[in-house]
Amino acid sequence: MNRRSFLTTTAITATVLSLGLGGAALAQEPLKVAFMYVGPVGDMGWSFQHDQGRQAVDAAYGGRVATSYVENVPEGPDAERVLTQMALAGNKLIFATSFGYMDAVMNVAAKFPDVRFEHATGYKRADNVSTYDARFYEGRAVIGTIAGRMTKTNKIGYIGSFPIPEVVQGINSAFIHARKVNPAVEMKVVWAYTWFDPAKEADAAAALIAEGVDVLMQHTDSTAPQAKAQEAGIYTFGQASDMGAFAPTPRISSIIDNWGPYYVARVGAMLDGSWASTGSWEGIGAGAVGIGEISSAVPAEVKAEAETLAAAIGAGTYHPFTGPLNKQDGTPWLAAGEVADDGALSGLNFFVEGISAQMPQ
Amino acid sequence: MGMGAGMILGGIDLVALAAMLMVASTPILLAATGELIAEKAGVLNLGVEGMMIMGAIGGFAGAVLSGSPEVGFVTGAISGALMALLFGFLTQVLLSNQVATGLALTLFGLGLSALIGKGFEGVRPPATGKIDLGALADLPVLGPILFRHDWVVYFSIALVVAVWLFLHLSRSGLILRAVGENHEAAHALGYRVVAVRLGALAFGGAAAGLGGAYLSLVRVPQWTEGMTAGAGWIALAIVVFGSWRAERVLLGAYLFGGVTVLQLRLQAAGYAIPVQLLSMAPYVITIVALVIISARHRHGAQAAPAALGRIFHASR
Repeated sequence: MNRRSFLTTTAITATVLSLGLGGAALAQEPLKVAFMYVGPVGDMGWSFQHDQGRQAVDAAYGGRVATSYVENVPEGPDAERVLTQMALAGNKLIFATSFGYMDAVMNVAAKFPDVRFEHATGYKRADNVSTYDARFYEGRAVIGTIAGRMTKTNKIGYIGSFPIPEVVQGINSAFIHARKVNPAVEMKVVWAYTWFDPAKEADAAAALIAEGVDVLMQHTDSTAPQAKAQEAGIYTFGQASDMGAFAPTPRISSIIDNWGPYYVARVGAMLDGSWASTGSWEGIGAGAVGIGEISSAVPAEVKAEAETLAAAIGAGTYHPFTGPLNKQDGTPWLAAGEVADDGALSGLNFFVEGISAQMPQ
Repeated sequence: MGMGAGMILGGIDLVALAAMLMVASTPILLAATGELIAEKAGVLNLGVEGMMIMGAIGGFAGAVLSGSPEVGFVTGAISGALMALLFGFLTQVLLSNQVATGLALTLFGLGLSALIGKGFEGVRPPATGKIDLGALADLPVLGPILFRHDWVVYFSIALVVAVWLFLHLSRSGLILRAVGENHEAAHALGYRVVAVRLGALAFGGAAAGLGGAYLSLVRVPQWTEGMTAGAGWIALAIVVFGSWRAERVLLGAYLFGGVTVLQLRLQAAGYAIPVQLLSMAPYVITIVALVIISARHRHGAQAAPAALGRIFHASR
């Protein structure tokens, strides 16, 4: 990521785009709202999906709101500079859409008490800093079930970005539910240490395929692993975005992040003056996490099984982290019937029993 | 990768690994070889990333629209060369600052490629075929490593050899180096400094464009906005740490590509090596190796072309 910072530092000043000029005709100044993305809006994954949410804000409020975004902002000192610039440019509400922006958000928020910040997937809050997240692990439970049923080699590959709670939740949830339907399943994990680098993501996919993996999951933002899987004739799942261009194979289903409703609600709260610092964490039930169409490559009974699970999670009758569950080293974590609380999940830093990969410390 | 039984060591098929190494290294090798020639002629073009990404989309669009990957590689090289000539026009004719212009070229390339690429997201490119080398491909060990690749891999190595020969053994190579070492002396001798530099830039741009096209047509293979993700900067670094020598650029590119692929394979195989160490290994090992080589030969500090980055004006 650092190798891009040189480039991006210079890019920042040049690429602050200002959309929504319709407000110029109104007597009142439009509310300025800014978004900071970790990848390009054309990654067709994570950042693309956040930008869809931004566009939903534009569509909902028209000239009353002026949104803008900066893409390709590395997690590090550059993030702080971009946030400062956004605040100085008169933005009143700023969405920082990657985990690694957390400390930058806290630092800048302390300097601009009149500006409201929203940080995605983090856990630090202040009077003018909210956090919001989606329960991606609920979606992982569903695609983990499909993966466990679809693998023939009993090896499932997982491309991780960084060993942070959000990613660790996903790996655990996918593994638990793959094991549940297929006790012989193994999970192979590769950490790419990037959110977006198509060549590296493709290499990671190739490394896992060489290990005999025939179902691949990713927690990185580009569609490069999909292309590699297509070549190798194995199965994948869309990540963050539907990635429907790769259906019916290799992409056999997907986890879709739907940020639009949250963004529209929060901007609405700014407009009517009711904004307050909160921590939002919605899942399948509230529509923040969607399961993309399960393709024709999946047998009907597996599809039905996955849909039943998704419905149970959405209705709140089943929690993906329900005991009995042990930690990787065999020590007990959750007793039979016990459900992980949100506090434990948001700091999750260990694998569950049965995963052989090492957790980076 | 379906290469049959290779040499298995510690659960990793070394033959398959070595074959992947060559593919992973090719984009950076091509871009670095091109930049080497441009810098040897005394021009510092920091726009490698921008030329690569334009090569990636130019090559992808050419291949998809024509249905032929070969046409794609040609259009990729042309896209990179056009970008380089734009840089050449600004820096050699209008005498703009090379560092600022190079950075601008990268930004321009990233933006323009994203715009052109809008219609190509999610499209699958035509497959680039492997070259059939007959009996060679069936050799044990060496066959799968060396003789089952597409033509671009061989072309990139041939290009390094050609560049080495050009720089060391040819008269025109000598002229190019003279222009890069002392452009006023070269000018006084009657050599056309600007023309030589434009030629070197165009070559560098074409090579970078080819590297970008290899990324979008073979290594990934697809078009994604910003997909070079810093590869151009790595290529620039390898030229410097390789102290402007073709053979060290080859070594640097293969080390970087090789360790990148190796560390991912070690992770996939479940080795208990700290992932953070593995993740930074490509950068550390490549830089340390090239710095040690340069230091031992005592050319490192003086290796940069003396006129690198300096503006030439014939009237002076």
